[in-house]
Amino acid sequence: MTGDVAVLGAGMHPWGKWGRGFVEYGVAAARAALADAGLDWREVGSIVGADTVRGGYPGYVAGATFAKALGWQGARVTSVYAACASGAQAIDTARVQILAGRADVVLVVGADAAPKGFFRPAGGDRPDDPDWLRFRVLGATNPTYFGLYARRRMAVHGDTTEDFAQVKVKNAALGALNPYARYRKRVTAEEVSASAVVADPLRLLDICATSDGGAAVVLSSVEYARRHGVVDPVRIRAVSTVTPRYPTAVLDLPDIATDSAVAVEPATEPFRASLARVAYEEAGIGPEDLSVAEVYDLSTALELQWYEDLGLCGEGEGAKLLREGATAPGGRIPVNTSGGLASFGEAVPAQAIAQVCEVTWQLRGTAGDRQVAGARVGITANQGLFGHGSAVIAVR
Amino acid sequence: MSRTRAPVVARWFAGEGEEFRLLGTRCRACASVFFPREDVQCRNPGCQGDDLEEVPLSRRGRVWSYTDSRYRPPSPYVTDPELPWEPHTLIAVELEAERMVVLGQAVPGVAVAELAVGMEVEVVPGVLHEDAETVWTTWQWRPTGVTG
Ligand SMILES: [Zn+2]
Repeated sequence: MTGDVAVLGAGMHPWGKWGRGFVEYGVAAARAALADAGLDWREVGSIVGADTVRGGYPGYVAGATFAKALGWQGARVTSVYAACASGAQAIDTARVQILAGRADVVLVVGADAAPKGFFRPAGGDRPDDPDWLRFRVLGATNPTYFGLYARRRMAVHGDTTEDFAQVKVKNAALGALNPYARYRKRVTAEEVSASAVVADPLRLLDICATSDGGAAVVLSSVEYARRHGVVDPVRIRAVSTVTPRYPTAVLDLPDIATDSAVAVEPATEPFRASLARVAYEEAGIGPEDLSVAEVYDLSTALELQWYEDLGLCGEGEGAKLLREGATAPGGRIPVNTSGGLASFGEAVPAQAIAQVCEVTWQLRGTAGDRQVAGARVGITANQGLFGHGSAVIAVR
Repeated sequence: MSRTRAPVVARWFAGEGEEFRLLGTRCRACASVFFPREDVQCRNPGCQGDDLEEVPLSRRGRVWSYTDSRYRPPSPYVTDPELPWEPHTLIAVELEAERMVVLGQAVPGVAVAELAVGMEVEVVPGVLHEDAETVWTTWQWRPTGVTG
């Protein structure tokens, strides 16, 4: 038995700062995905919502919130929270329901209405929460962690701020071609280096913004897709959602310290690489088979790290791969053809789903001016708070 | 000057001057060290230990990486909105004996330009902020002047 499920539909609400509620973005994305699938909402047997923590109860019960807004129709309902990996875990939940025979068609939706400026922890006096503590005790925002990783790469691998700027130049050029992206303007390296430092060595244009946005996919069994007249659908072949392994050796959001390696030797494989490896093993493919990749470029420097963690190049060779043009359009393995978070910004529960939307369009050959010729295999990868992360592999 | 001094988090550090130390806990079964402290269960998946003793962490370590915060962090970080924002430097420090990395603010006045990965730093007591009743204390990393 194959573990494949079909992507029947993909849809988004354009990202930006629209000032409206997340339900509106999610419903718009859901309707777009249903239209793309050629399905009526009442034909959907299950809905899975990726939660946002910023919407109070409606956000915590996103599946039911979207179901009510679309019109109660008796579908099975699930809500999933996993920080930045919420969307991928929602896709995984939908996939498992389909493979278990519990539903033929599942709608997956994620949407967010993000605050201005830095993400911050939920309110109240909560010293039991590591996310609250890192803000309270250190004032350590997300960009300061990205700054630590960037500086570490410069010290260990010899990356330069010019390398980081070139990631933004590449992603902005792609975002300019994507009608769903928030930022649709090309950026030069000079503009990156002229932007304000946020967390040394990273500047404003090295770091992704917070955004409003929504994304949705309609998944079904391959059998159902055929009955529905889709003979050769894009298929999700693997979803990886594994945790890190003790002891962590890299300081990760929102932690104040790593684990001690006194008692147990750290795994030679870092967390992000394990996310990708598990997906590769499940799909039975390797990095050499990839046509496109969508990775979580929370910062420009982090995109280079992903090149190594996905096995696109050796450790420390990320900047070299970028300089060679391998990850740009026309290169061996274009990365973030959507424009990435650099062009979208973060709408947390939607982003991992948006990555799968982009890969779906690439594999269908409908990505317009961003199209990678002959794309057959795509991977997505992300990492979020509290040891969450994901990788999805789709094939055609 | 009737204000009291209070740690921003209880039992994470203690001592004055040269005696100041970060406080972690150590599993008596497998010797794993935890900071912030774990007091209930060891987090080593191969260990069932639930007997954790308080231990002071190494006073000195080496810079794993560093950065700064050029924009005012949001609440619950406490700042005075009346005053211009003074960027603070953050240092992640590798402790050799504990084989772990601990993040902290640098002492005031240390800018990123004065730091390098691998540089030696030591932990010192510092003040996070003050209000009408309380001086909130914390730990800070200070370069020892020894590079390498
Ligand atoms: Zn133990």
